[in-house]
Amino acid sequence: MEDKDIREIMDGRSIENALTRIAHEIIEHNAGDSGIAVVGIRTRGEYLAHRLVAIIEKLKGTKLPLGLLDITLYRDDLMIADSQPVVHETKIDFDVSEKNIILVDDVLYTGRTIRAALDAFIDFGRPQSIQLAVLVDRGHRELPIRADYVGKNIPTSKQETVVVRLNEIDNKDQVLVKN
Amino acid sequence: MTKWGQKDLLGLENLSREHIELILSTAESFKEVSTRGIKKVPALRGKTVVNLFYEPSTRTRVSFEIAAKRLSADVINIATETSSVKKGETLIDTGLSIQALKADVIVVRHNASGAAAMLARHVDISVVNAGDGWHEHPTQALLDIFTLKQKLGNIKGLRVSIVGDIAHSRVARSNIWGLTKLGAKVTVCAPELLIPPEVEKMGVSVTHSIDSALSRADAVNVLRMQFERDTGAAFPRQLEYFRNFAVTEERLKKAKKDIIVMHPGPINRGIEISSAVADGKNSVILEQVTNGIAIRMAVLFLISQARRTQ
Repeated sequence: MEDKDIREIMDGRSIENALTRIAHEIIEHNAGDSGIAVVGIRTRGEYLAHRLVAIIEKLKGTKLPLGLLDITLYRDDLMIADSQPVVHETKIDFDVSEKNIILVDDVLYTGRTIRAALDAFIDFGRPQSIQLAVLVDRGHRELPIRADYVGKNIPTSKQETVVVRLNEIDNKDQVLVKN
Repeated sequence: MTKWGQKDLLGLENLSREHIELILSTAESFKEVSTRGIKKVPALRGKTVVNLFYEPSTRTRVSFEIAAKRLSADVINIATETSSVKKGETLIDTGLSIQALKADVIVVRHNASGAAAMLARHVDISVVNAGDGWHEHPTQALLDIFTLKQKLGNIKGLRVSIVGDIAHSRVARSNIWGLTKLGAKVTVCAPELLIPPEVEKMGVSVTHSIDSALSRADAVNVLRMQFERDTGAAFPRQLEYFRNFAVTEERLKKAKKDIIVMHPGPINRGIEISSAVADGKNSVILEQVTNGIAIRMAVLFLISQARRTQ
């Protein structure tokens, strides 16, 4: 492993701190509004959404609806993708209307995933608002999309890769930038 | 993760266990789409699916049409009685014309065994076999297996009996291939003349007693008696068949309490199955119909994907 090509940007503690801060911001931003629901974008957004919900529930002392969104069928590169796309189940078993939906993903990059997620989500109804929370914003947007809550802004070049590892599937909490 | 990588689905005989499992797991994800308020995803937007049916069909054709539409594909139905086939056009010429019209998938049902495979050799676009003669009906078997999996969790080690006209049944053949590949123990049950020769070579046991077919089975798949295929002496009369082979409440009393009863439809009540069983608590016949949509969505999605990734 060439150390100078891999930089650790966040460790377990800074990921936890970032999520806690985002949770506070979500509560503050949506104060007085009827309902918040958190929806994770599969795969890693799912785990981040679970964690966010746990933190917000602890802070507010009330239960939050949690949904999971698989955007494979809405991808704009579906028919040009090289690899076998794997379709996972979407699970939104609450009424989305009148709710403030917090979409959660690990990395915000081109914005195309979020575009697909918005399209997918609209098929479930008309929420009061849709807000976006991401652990990492690495820039290089190709669509007019921005995040409402950001764990960390990481300036990157397009040649670099951002890797988010989470305990739940990677046995470690870590954000790396690879050259 | 298994890569699909095939432009056609012609049968289960030549599919690997991994490929079958990929279709089943993809179908599991697609099942949710049909429960939404807006039952549609854009995955096949701009694709054209042609249903080319040389034999009558309600459920299979409608199921393919709904599956394609829930994936946002455009669907054309060709019923051969009202098409150029009546003027003598061959299957291959019809297929080439459909290809020239820039369709992407042909779903074909034909009374000749091997018709789908022949069509697939002559066109570059995808072909899905919706039943060819006595040969295979892969999506029916896949939805049967999918239903079993949803009910009982795992196919491996399950005892599944298939009762009815095995000799003339493409549903039986596809089920046998699929189930044995996934590790189920399959028994076929029918009057002697409706069992195809050397069927044991497909890895199944044979019985001529409905009671023994039911006795230890986790599931029974009851086939329709296809009296329209009556070839004379070999065919039992309807009443005789009911007396000796029908799945009735009386017979189910001696089977496992929670035995799963399946039927690919259309049902002939009072011939191969009694109404009480068809509508009873062990029956999953209507769930099979619902699951057919998810299976066909998965198949259409995977083959369309394969064409692009080749």
